Amino acid sequence: MSESPSNQPKIRIRGLRKAFGTKRVLDGIDLDVMQGTGMVIIGGSGTGKSVLLKCILGMIRPDAGEILIDGEDVLKARPARARELRDQIGMLFQNGALFDSRSVWENVAFGLLARGKVNRAEARDVAAKILAQVGLDPSVGDLSPAELSGGMQKRVALARAIAAEPSIMFFDEPTTGLDPIMGAVIDGLIVDCVKRLGSTSIAITHDMASAARIGDRIAMLLDGKLIWQGDAASVMNSGNPMVDQFVHGRSEGPIRMALRK
Amino acid sequence: MNLVLDPVASLGRFVLATISLLGELAIFTVTALAGLFRPPFYLRNFGRALMEIGFFSLPVVALTAVFTGMVLALQSYVGFSRFDSSSVIASVVVLSLTRELGPVLAGLMVAGRAGSAMAAELGTMRVTDQIDALSTLSTDPMRYLVTPRLVAGLIALPLLVVVADILGVAGGFLVSTVRLGFDPTAYLQDTLSYLKASDVISGLIKSAVFGFIIALMGCFHGYRSRGGAQGVGGATTAAVVSASIMILAFDYVLTQAFFTP
Repeated sequence: MSESPSNQPKIRIRGLRKAFGTKRVLDGIDLDVMQGTGMVIIGGSGTGKSVLLKCILGMIRPDAGEILIDGEDVLKARPARARELRDQIGMLFQNGALFDSRSVWENVAFGLLARGKVNRAEARDVAAKILAQVGLDPSVGDLSPAELSGGMQKRVALARAIAAEPSIMFFDEPTTGLDPIMGAVIDGLIVDCVKRLGSTSIAITHDMASAARIGDRIAMLLDGKLIWQGDAASVMNSGNPMVDQFVHGRSEGPIRMALRK
Repeated sequence: MNLVLDPVASLGRFVLATISLLGELAIFTVTALAGLFRPPFYLRNFGRALMEIGFFSLPVVALTAVFTGMVLALQSYVGFSRFDSSSVIASVVVLSLTRELGPVLAGLMVAGRAGSAMAAELGTMRVTDQIDALSTLSTDPMRYLVTPRLVAGLIALPLLVVVADILGVAGGFLVSTVRLGFDPTAYLQDTLSYLKASDVISGLIKSAVFGFIIALMGCFHGYRSRGGAQGVGGATTAAVVSASIMILAFDYVLTQAFFTP
């Protein structure tokens, strides 16, 4: 069955495998993410969700499988082409990962300056506009990341990730470490930005409230496999006992959390 | 039987680990140097590194040089007065400094200061995902972080050693004329009469090599840090120790190369 460009998934993963020593972190992952939609991947801590994102980004080399972006396999492409394909991806890191030797505006404009899309003179003003989109005053631009609260750091990191208007966005636990209200604020900004840019997004989280807000579809990763995929609305009564145990937060059930890793 | 095999196994593991590390170091060095041959070149980072390694190490190197020169003069006087050839002090001081003590002592001081700083900075960036963040912002972390520092080390050390040589001779001059009562003009003439260009140049070549080693060890260990604060601490120590040992080892190799009778 051939796919026309309009129904070709933006990101398609087939048979992805990665093991660290004897631990099979990814054991045959199949995933499709359609253009303009939000996929949320849930699962316990240390189950390999971050590894999945890092494989797509090229920071980790998988043992087997295909990763297709717009129909092209980044693992088989020439290095320059792979970099081009991956350049479309903007990432919000779990702890912000802001460059602490640079001011906030330099952080936000970093990707734009690196791609030559602005020169240094304009960069500060462009950064101010993007900071406004995440609800931050332009004066924040002159501070250093160490002077910001956790929520502000996340927002600056989001601004930095969206600055180059990426067509794909990755979010690594966007609300972890934030209070419930700030978490909701961040989720709202994520939804706004993704909608405005028309981006495709993949988010990792174990915050079910956040998952419901930012995802169109949800997939659950357990023991290296995606044991369930479905619409966000149906995750709370999926019928799958392991998914049920996870989303309702029960300590008893089919999932046995290893007491020692 | 295990009594025999266990130590052998440990030795084998150690040897394999060492060879693996050397291989990683070689790949790291070549990758960093590749950044010199094609744009983008991060000149601002180079400038910053040059200031950090060179200019801010001046006080430490200057003090080291002055005290070393002073001690050399004193020791030579006491030592050579047994042979009644105290006029040789001036040349002993200048030759020891330019050929050996200037480069080596400056190298060890800068390894402690700048080498540890580089390892700590890159290590912290690694464990806070800042290095990964660079690659999501269209920036090659090796080119951005490591290449400028390697070149800065290569250039900064010789400049520091020129200063060290001059200040060391000044220290020796001070002790010889003020404390030991030698004639200033005669002392300076003695200093220059036995000094050849090759003495100074061999010292500068050594210091360029040492500067490269300091930057390489600092960046290598920092870049590879794993595991939070303890990992960064370990990387910092490893950077200083490995740089210091390599400086002393290469000092022998280069001395052998320059001064084979």
